[in-house]
Amino acid sequence: MFKLLSQLTSGQQGMVSKIIGSGVIQRRLLDMGITPGTVIRIEKFAPLGDPMEVKAKGFNLSLRKNEAKNIEIEMA
Amino acid sequence: MELMSKEREYKSLHIALAGNPNSGKTTIFNNLTGSRQHVGNYSGVTVEKKEGYCKFQQYELLLVDLPGTYSLTTYSPEEVVARNFIVQEQPDVVVNVVDASNLERNLYLAVQLLELERPFMLALNMIDVAESRQLIIHDEILSEQLAVPVARTIGSHNEGTDSLLVAIVKAAYQKRAVPFAIDYGPDIEADIQQLANRLAAVPQPLQYPLRWLAMKLLENDQDIIDRVRGVAGGSEIVQYSITLREKLQNKLGEDPEMALAGLRYKFVGALYRQAVEGRPDHELTISDKIDKVLTNRVLGIPIFLGLMWMVFTLVFTVGKYPQDWLAQAIKVAGQLVGQQLPAGDLKSLVVDGIFGGVGSVVSFLPLILFLFFAISLLEDTGYMARAAFVMDRIMRQVGLHGKSFIPLLLGFGCGVPAIMGTRTLENPRDRLVTILVSPLMSCSARLPIYSVLIGAFFSSDIAGNVLFSLYLLGVILAIIMARVFRSVLFRGATEPFIMELPPYHWPTLNSVVIHMWERSYLYLKKAGTIILAVAILMWFLTNFPSAVPYSRDYDAVINQAEVEFTQQVEEDINQPLAIAAIDDNAALKATIDKLLAVNEQFKQATADLEDDDPELAALSEKKAKTVQALHAENAASFAMAAYYVELQADLDDVKADVAKAKAAEKINQSYAGTIGKFLAPLGRPLGFDWKMNVALIAGFSAKEVVVGTLGTIYSVGEVGAKTVPLQMALAADPAFNPLIAYTFMVFCLVYSPCLAALATIKRETNSWKWAFFAAAYTTGLAWIMAFIVYQGGLLLGIGV
Repeated sequence: MFKLLSQLTSGQQGMVSKIIGSGVIQRRLLDMGITPGTVIRIEKFAPLGDPMEVKAKGFNLSLRKNEAKNIEIEMA
Repeated sequence: MELMSKEREYKSLHIALAGNPNSGKTTIFNNLTGSRQHVGNYSGVTVEKKEGYCKFQQYELLLVDLPGTYSLTTYSPEEVVARNFIVQEQPDVVVNVVDASNLERNLYLAVQLLELERPFMLALNMIDVAESRQLIIHDEILSEQLAVPVARTIGSHNEGTDSLLVAIVKAAYQKRAVPFAIDYGPDIEADIQQLANRLAAVPQPLQYPLRWLAMKLLENDQDIIDRVRGVAGGSEIVQYSITLREKLQNKLGEDPEMALAGLRYKFVGALYRQAVEGRPDHELTISDKIDKVLTNRVLGIPIFLGLMWMVFTLVFTVGKYPQDWLAQAIKVAGQLVGQQLPAGDLKSLVVDGIFGGVGSVVSFLPLILFLFFAISLLEDTGYMARAAFVMDRIMRQVGLHGKSFIPLLLGFGCGVPAIMGTRTLENPRDRLVTILVSPLMSCSARLPIYSVLIGAFFSSDIAGNVLFSLYLLGVILAIIMARVFRSVLFRGATEPFIMELPPYHWPTLNSVVIHMWERSYLYLKKAGTIILAVAILMWFLTNFPSAVPYSRDYDAVINQAEVEFTQQVEEDINQPLAIAAIDDNAALKATIDKLLAVNEQFKQATADLEDDDPELAALSEKKAKTVQALHAENAASFAMAAYYVELQADLDDVKADVAKAKAAEKINQSYAGTIGKFLAPLGRPLGFDWKMNVALIAGFSAKEVVVGTLGTIYSVGEVGAKTVPLQMALAADPAFNPLIAYTFMVFCLVYSPCLAALATIKRETNSWKWAFFAAAYTTGLAWIMAFIVYQGGLLLGIGV
């Protein structure tokens, strides 16, 4: 099953299947190591609901929901 | 046999340190260079340039700590600076400091650095963290696959520094048989070859490796495209690369830039799986556990606000003591120097202009030190990223970034540390908007202005609300201007918030102190020179012309008073006592001296006390008792002594009044006063007269000066804590009323930041343009807001 990273909730985890689009945000995601095949897990959301914190490749990354919607995730 | 030579010959090696942010690169740089480092700017950009040196064996290493980057694209000035440095300066070794516990992502930058084809070595830092996560790294596999030396370090404990130095020297002399290259697959490789061939034929060689240039053209790298276009035959090559890109896009089904990035990661992933055992799980690390509290949904914001309160208190409340002490010390130094000079313009220039001007700048130093201590701590521990994480949602609504919150909060204390605090914002656009908006956070120097005017024109029950309304207005204007700047001036691609939350770690005292010292020294140097220059200018404008034709012959007034004094003393004291002068009667003189001493002591002790201060009442009582005691002791001479002291006091009052009146007239006719009157038409729609204009002009140098200038204009002498005389003078002036007072405060709230702040803006943005813009837009906005308030008030008939 495929979802967008922005649609996941705390504790959920999946594998990046695709980075949608190509621009500054997508490039930055790649630079940070969010590439197809990477396993991502949602850690939590900020007190006001946005941004979100995820774990990937052994480190913690924060990103806004509207940036997360560029990442397609394959759920286990 | 070797000849003993006094001087060893040093070989110079030029080293660049590169790596991800949070990889501990700077700690290693500090370990290597200690205090032998220097911070500057890369020309044309607001990116910091850090250089230092160290000696090792027979080598002298010149080190450059390149800005931390995740990649080498053109999306941030830091990345462009880093790659240009490596290509243009051609360092002897590129040392890539990587976080060993986060190796996979760090290697992505490593391969990009390798593709720049300079001698390279890998420093696996934070080995302790990697080990605590049960990661086993096979250095030899990394070394073999990348054909580079590898060293292990724990920067925070200064371990491995020696083996690092050995590896650096080894890398400098290592010759690679074949430059590093990733196989990007037949399609891409074919295109790279084609482009490289054409680039080779170009008459003007570009400094970059050909293969790398070819790759960048395929990746649509704007910086490289521009450079290639700039050489003969380049445009055709660029055109050709565009055609190749399109074909590639169709063949691969994705953007070549993404494709190349993906392939790099594939290479890195494979290398990582070969070289590292033990997968980092998604288990909770210590940092995660700490974050369970610090970025907790419920506790996150309160904790953040609590920490901010602590920083604020540290910087402004605790910092006030050294600030006051330093200001006092400078004042005293000024007086000491002044005593060596003959009275006159030079003395005034030195004491009032120079020491006065310098005093205000240097006295900021403790605040700067405390501020950067606090910021360094927050950054080094890793908390800063959490602060941005927690505040981002709110800040984004107002057109700012999560990391803007702390600098703006600091602005309520002082603009200078606030502007310097924007360095934590990586993105230049966000940084600029934050800087431009920070003056609207009403700084503490404006508070005396508000307190004097509110005290003079508003009753104490609404005083608090009036004050709050001003601060609130500032915040609202900041929000509006942030949105305006964002959409009008800094339009363009939305900057990503994507940001690493680095693991928490103990800050090293060494780096915090070095960091703190760097910033402070630069502040003193840069801000000080400009402040000094304009302080002297302001002194000149308010003190000249010096030979002022007074409305009355003040000297005659003083003479008159002195003659009368001598006469009265003669008639009422000397003759009845049958003496020629006071000194002749020893007992009388002694009593007079004692009384004078008591009065003097009382004056000094109560100089800074408010009228309703209980201490004042206590001291008054004590004085009365002391006087009574004196009376009892010297019954015979007391009456005459008291009378003499009274006459003396009257004479002193006359002299003081004359001095104040002279000062007021002088300022009236000074250049500043003339300018104030000249600007009267501008001030009239706002209800201001020339006096207010002069005060506002003086306020350009420092906001604290506004109250002092008003004090001089209204001839109430030095305005210390006892501002009541000034308040009374203002209230009595028909040119002033509550509406005008409020308008004046609004103007003060919004208009140009003080010189120190402007100088800081110039330094932080590396351009005069933005400093001028900040001064201009705030003053313009101030005029508009004051106009609205005044005219609106007149229309509604309030406050007049």
